[in-house]
Amino acid sequence: MGMITNVTSFGRSGLSDWILQRATAVVMTVYTVFITVYLLTNPDMDYGQWLALNSHISMKVLNVLTVVSIAIHAWIGLWAVLTDYVTVRLLGPKATPLRIFFQLGMITINLVYLIWALDIVWGI
Amino acid sequence: MLKVSVYRYNPETDEAPYMQDYEIDTAGKDLMVLDVLELLKAQDASLSYRRSCREGVCGSDGMNINGKNGLACIKPLSECVKGGKLILRPLPGLPVIRDLVIDMSQFYAQYEKIQPYLVNNEPAPAIERLQSPEEREKLDGLYECILCACCSTACPSFWWNPDKFIGPAGLLQAYRFLVDSRDTDTENRLAKLDDPFSVFRCHGIQNCVAVCPKGLNPTKAIGHIRNMLLRSAT
Amino acid sequence: MSNSIRTISFDGLIVGGGGAGMRAALQLAQSGYKTAVITKVFPTRSHTVSAQGGITCAIASDDPNDDWRWHMYDTVKGSDYIGDQDAIEYMCSVGPEAVFELEHMGLPFSRTEEGRIYQRPFGGQSKNFGEGGQASRTCAAADRTGHALLHTLYQNNIKNNTVFFNEWFAVDLVKNADNAVVGVIAINIETGETVYVKSKATVIATGGAGRIYASTTNAHINTGDGIGMALRAGFPVQDIEMWQFHPTGIAGAGTLVTEGCRGEGGYLVNKDGERFMERYAPNAKDLAGRDVVARSMVLEILDGRGCGPNGDYVYLKLDHLGEEVLESRLPGICELSRTFAHVDPVTDPIPVVPTCHYMMGGIPTNVDGQALTLDAEGNHDVIEGLFACGEAACVSVHGANRLGGNSLLDLVVFGRASGLFIEKSLREGIDLQEPTEEHINIAMSGLNRINNSTNDGEGSAELRAELQDIMQKYFGVFRRGDLMQEGIKKLAALRPRIENVRLDDKSNAYNTARIEALELQNLLEVAEATAITAEERKESRGAHARDDYADRDDVNWLCHSMYFPTDKSVGKRDVNFSPKTMEAFAPKARVY
Repeated sequence: MGMITNVTSFGRSGLSDWILQRATAVVMTVYTVFITVYLLTNPDMDYGQWLALNSHISMKVLNVLTVVSIAIHAWIGLWAVLTDYVTVRLLGPKATPLRIFFQLGMITINLVYLIWALDIVWGI
Repeated sequence: MLKVSVYRYNPETDEAPYMQDYEIDTAGKDLMVLDVLELLKAQDASLSYRRSCREGVCGSDGMNINGKNGLACIKPLSECVKGGKLILRPLPGLPVIRDLVIDMSQFYAQYEKIQPYLVNNEPAPAIERLQSPEEREKLDGLYECILCACCSTACPSFWWNPDKFIGPAGLLQAYRFLVDSRDTDTENRLAKLDDPFSVFRCHGIQNCVAVCPKGLNPTKAIGHIRNMLLRSAT
Repeated sequence: MSNSIRTISFDGLIVGGGGAGMRAALQLAQSGYKTAVITKVFPTRSHTVSAQGGITCAIASDDPNDDWRWHMYDTVKGSDYIGDQDAIEYMCSVGPEAVFELEHMGLPFSRTEEGRIYQRPFGGQSKNFGEGGQASRTCAAADRTGHALLHTLYQNNIKNNTVFFNEWFAVDLVKNADNAVVGVIAINIETGETVYVKSKATVIATGGAGRIYASTTNAHINTGDGIGMALRAGFPVQDIEMWQFHPTGIAGAGTLVTEGCRGEGGYLVNKDGERFMERYAPNAKDLAGRDVVARSMVLEILDGRGCGPNGDYVYLKLDHLGEEVLESRLPGICELSRTFAHVDPVTDPIPVVPTCHYMMGGIPTNVDGQALTLDAEGNHDVIEGLFACGEAACVSVHGANRLGGNSLLDLVVFGRASGLFIEKSLREGIDLQEPTEEHINIAMSGLNRINNSTNDGEGSAELRAELQDIMQKYFGVFRRGDLMQEGIKKLAALRPRIENVRLDDKSNAYNTARIEALELQNLLEVAEATAITAEERKESRGAHARDDYADRDDVNWLCHSMYFPTDKSVGKRDVNFSPKTMEAFAPKARVY
């Protein structure tokens, strides 16, 4: 069982997961704060202005970083949630295949969203 | 009269656990919860619970008192009774053997996992190993743990993964040996803690701090362990 | 029933998971012999955990010139001269090595600026054989020394793979045809299974029996199980009349307040605010022997100078020490006082009263922990297979009164010594006869009686309370012949009722009612032995203070008492006055 959890976990150790969780949280916070402030200071923004903002190379980099951060953060977070609640201890032997199913599903959805979002933000 | 509601379960006679109600005359005194249990036991000898020192140092009588984990022997009724009722349940999250007695083997297994003993591979001197008062002070707030399990059984991460997450009590002792100036096994100790479960299932909600009957702070110790792991990785 | 019970075999079996038991177990486990500890509570719940002040030992930290012989002198004097001087010599001289071992194992002692172990003054301590003033000889880990010691020992037993039978209750000793001890009958409390645990060496390390008294600093578990087992097996106990009443139990609650409080500068006052110990012990004052302080307190109370609405306690004053000293040196005391006396010692004095604390007597042993009896000619006879150490044993280093801090030293030194001796014996080969089924049946009979009890008996709780009240009333700090005789009669009347104790609940899983019924049998054995021997010793010595024989009688009673359970008779045994490396200390008047 340890092997399975390790295969689907993101990092190599508890520490790397923990650092990544915090680092990605910082990126997401920076993005959130920036966008909030930008939207509040530009109440009459139109589509053209929004497009211009997101076409700027610094904004593109921030967008990519944020999308990647969300993916990593979600991966680690959901893996933790699944290994808390979908366990043999709580649900019996059926928990292992069930958790693998959910984890692979989570990973697939995560990757699809990641590629799709990268395509959008980088392709502007 | 005090109304007392106690969790009862005898695996030989009961199909399922149930709450049994008693009435106790406390004679207006602010008794400790353990005193109430002793009165109940005189009335109904079949009630089982653990107790030993009755002064809060042996850690036998950890239980869930009106919803909060604590030691029965040092919990006065005035601090826990709500609406004239005392509700006693076993510590949550571990299997119940009978009534208020839980099976603590998983809790002890986690304690043993952290190598809870001093390791020093240098030959011992003819007298004691020297340690400055400042170095010794670092052990304060750590060595006083009485292994009552109030903290670990108040911790959701321990409820979900009692076999993989060391839990607050074990981690407090892990740090006690990591920070002891006489211990030479720091690197090895840290290496054994660096998996996704042992330490990092702590999400810092501090239930352990809220219930510790000795006023210790496992969350803080866990933070120190994370910092040590961080420092050793860089 | 016996042919169905399982047998488990070990080289060494220790009954009791407190300090003495775990120190003995550690020694044996380190030697590689198959060692088991049977303990009725998880080891760190044993009563050693409650020891506060420290472990007295001449490690020469506070005073670089300290000498173990000075410690020996204090201990001999403290014992009122019925401590065995060879044993005291062994304890005091080996002590430093044993304490340093504990430190090497990780015990978190408090420290001096030089980085050495912190030592505090305790009662009855002197330098230069009583001539050099107060010594500071008690090694401390704040006021949680017992806790630190017990956890350290448990941790090192884990390290050395000792087999623990946690929450197993030893019921009775199994003897073979040669009257040698070959193990015990034990119950697994969790499952109720009864097992014969066979061993080449059985060590009784079951601690004290303070629960024979109504008011005690002792834990609920201190029911003298090992003493009860030995007495039922027909073996004698020594100096069992000697019970220490600790001067400072919190009034009402009975919880202990360490002598270290007075060591750090606290003192007792009566209702007039007078520091009355200056009258009773002009030199040592509040740090006189515990028996002396306890008696002085009772006299103050009897003379109408007690404090509180009923004048039934005195105050321990600590506030003058300042918050900083109290919080750093006596943090546990502050906590206990706030919880149990509703008093903050930083500002107010703690109400205290002498409270039963320690059993100086026990199973007589030599310095190797071998249990002894006397043969028909009064010569020492080793009981094959049986050992004892710690409070359950009477080796005897405490004699008629134990000095503070000497109990932890006793259990470490003699736990270790027992382990060393058993290791040596095992290497040389121990050959004991197998017990027959009949022998096992005999050991099972007490348990069978409880299990087959009928409904006409009384419950454990009420019988226990009655026993404790008798002991408290007739065998307390001050004793008198006629009252003791009355107490003995009451105990005799209580015996059949206790033997017929009712056990309604005969279920197996964690049945604490069964355990309490068995513990009650042990309490009765200890209480009766105490009562009969106390009445017999017609003098006042150490903790044994009689109104009708107010003086020490060295002509008739400079000796150990031996209580023989089979005919309930009291014999005498010589005190050892032959230390190996020095002249013995001759008895003299004991003043502080």
